[in-house]
Amino acid sequence: MDFNDTNEEATFRQEVRSWLSENVPGEAELKGLDYIATAKLWQKRKFDAGWACIRWPKEHGGRGATAIEGVIFGQEESKFDTPDNIFGIGHGMCAPTMMSWATEDQCKQYLPRLASGEDIWCQLFSEPAGGSDLAALRTSAVKDGDDWIINGQKIWTSGAHFSDFGVIVLRTDPTAGKHQGLSYFFIDMKSPGIECKPIKQISGGSNFNEVYFTDVRISDSLRLGAVGQGWQVALTTLMNERASIGGGGGGVNFNSVFKLAQKVKIDDEPAIKDKSVRRKLADWYIQESGVKFTGYRSMTALSKGEIPGPENSIGKLVGAPKQQDMASFALDLLDSSGAIWDPELSEEAGMFQGAYMSSPGLRIAGGTDEIMANIIAERVLGLPQDIRVDKGIPFNEIPTANS
Amino acid sequence: MNFEFSEEQNLLREQARGFLNDNCSTKVVRNILDGDEPYDKDLWKKVAEMGWTATVIPEEYDGLGLSYLELSVIAEELGRALAPIPFSSSVYLATEALLATGTTEQKENWLPRLADGSVIGCLAVGEGNGEASASSLKSTVSDGLMSGTKIPVADGDIADFAVVLAKSDVGDGASAYLVDLNQEGVTRTTIKTIDPSRSHAQIDLKNASADLMGNEGEGMAMVEKVYNRAAVLFSWEQVGGSEMTLEMAKEYAMGRFAFGRPIATYQAIKHKLANMYVKNTLAKSNCYYGAWALSTDAPELPIAAATARVAAIQAYYFSAKENVQTHGGMGFTWEFDCQFPYRRSKLLSINIGSEAVWQEKLIKAIEDERAA
Repeated sequence: MDFNDTNEEATFRQEVRSWLSENVPGEAELKGLDYIATAKLWQKRKFDAGWACIRWPKEHGGRGATAIEGVIFGQEESKFDTPDNIFGIGHGMCAPTMMSWATEDQCKQYLPRLASGEDIWCQLFSEPAGGSDLAALRTSAVKDGDDWIINGQKIWTSGAHFSDFGVIVLRTDPTAGKHQGLSYFFIDMKSPGIECKPIKQISGGSNFNEVYFTDVRISDSLRLGAVGQGWQVALTTLMNERASIGGGGGGVNFNSVFKLAQKVKIDDEPAIKDKSVRRKLADWYIQESGVKFTGYRSMTALSKGEIPGPENSIGKLVGAPKQQDMASFALDLLDSSGAIWDPELSEEAGMFQGAYMSSPGLRIAGGTDEIMANIIAERVLGLPQDIRVDKGIPFNEIPTANS
Repeated sequence: MNFEFSEEQNLLREQARGFLNDNCSTKVVRNILDGDEPYDKDLWKKVAEMGWTATVIPEEYDGLGLSYLELSVIAEELGRALAPIPFSSSVYLATEALLATGTTEQKENWLPRLADGSVIGCLAVGEGNGEASASSLKSTVSDGLMSGTKIPVADGDIADFAVVLAKSDVGDGASAYLVDLNQEGVTRTTIKTIDPSRSHAQIDLKNASADLMGNEGEGMAMVEKVYNRAAVLFSWEQVGGSEMTLEMAKEYAMGRFAFGRPIATYQAIKHKLANMYVKNTLAKSNCYYGAWALSTDAPELPIAAATARVAAIQAYYFSAKENVQTHGGMGFTWEFDCQFPYRRSKLLSINIGSEAVWQEKLIKAIEDERAA
């Protein structure tokens, strides 16, 4: 048992590291560019040198790299201060879905532009009536000759306002069962009839949008999978949502709260001397350490060319509530001044307050804590699904709040 | 990255699990719980015959000279089987104390017999309520004769010798002694505990002959060192037990019907079990780290051991109590097996220092590392 790379991995890591150290853009180069432009500049540079989406096949713009090489590249890249990645959903979720369900011509047409950062993609799944119960979505597509006409509303769409394309699940048959009446498409976000409205969050930020569809016409050739097969295609996208390994660690973590506890005082003593503070820190340390070493176990499987076990499924369920609890605790440590949220006046420029206000979203986005627990119970432990009272009923007869 | 047990070690795990399935069913545990025997002598004999007691003892003392990764594998399986034998006392504590501070003579005298299981050793630190410290010790030694009372001592009633901590005027305030328990001046009384499947005793010493281990005034340091090593192995037992407990809860939840369906379909139960899985996984991955640190004598051992220990305590306690809850009223009966992990989880979590003690050790070790 050791933490070492194999010889090949070490060579690869060195190659990645030296390329990154020579090519990550510096502050001067990015001056005056907005976050979209900086993200595109960095993505294009990686693409031109063959370091974009390295797990993808070469003909789609990737490098044909192995899973462990993908992890190593991610580890090394995260050590550098690189522009924000606005391609995560496109690269991580839309592209794998395209590779599984689109035609070879479509892959050739769209994927290299996605890999190079020329196009940005988003995911249009959630709706006001379909969150955790995603398949309850109502946005409709009605066949009109060789086209479909879309009407309805999507919500929680990250980056919709700057995206070029999106993958979307639509209800093509409201008289079929909930899961059976869905079909999956990809669409041009510039199509007439699409309107994006940013959602203002409790944190003050606006990372998500509402997207309205009014008589939006799209070609049937943009359909992925058969009519009525949309749920199956959607599962491909969702399976890729939480497939990342390791990562995280930024923002409020053991380190930042430990340092804060050394700085602030309780009873005229540094807070770190307080036993209750120490016990809480210990609990968070074991959670962070447990998630990290769980990632190492998965990496080991990848390194051996095996498929990792289900253990990585705990990451989000541990990490999101921990982030919230630690941020809350940090504000407590600051006592009354914990209320101040001002980049000039707050400790760490307001990082703790920012985490306190944004962490509720972490526990909801990409599967709520409750859905994550269901996933572990059903897919990892093999427990039965919940009883579905809407099973076998035509979608348009399922009771809703308005019925 | 090679953060995994080897194929040989995984094979050992399979063999150990198979052996314990055949030889250590919960019936075996129940016999010890209900009966007068302090431990399962037949199981102990077989375990020793397979060389498990000899795992990390160097070959020069008739041991197998294997690594702590092999011992971790065995610990996990013994924990899973709730084995009613003095393995932790004899192997994780007494053997480790001898290896850490025993004189050559002490090692030559005891290690070969610890290896073949013909003697049982134990560690006697505590003398009553609360965390043991140099200032809480009342046992004293003068002219090589020890007097005092040690309580509770795991396996103290069946062990052949004990490593005993006594007060010292020098150094860290305590010294460690090897005491042959089969001598005049030693009175042993079996005591009742929350887990009768593991035997405990009060040991009264009245001018009992005691043989110094290591140097005077280094007793607390010896305990610290042994505990850091034993903590990893205790944690593996806890993780093994906790995973078995989750399986027990799952099996019951799938078969028990209420309101017309298996209780495993209710989210209240599913989320309970999912949380067990999360805590078990955190604990297990931290135990990997502990096993790595122990097997490589890494300077990170104090942090790794405390991390594994705290996580394992939390995981096993959680699954043990929620397993009873999942079983409902039947889980509260003597007849059902839920009591075994409920008893054992708490016993293991306080045997070598409680959760609070190890949380403190963890933060202290992190502070030390960062100050260095």
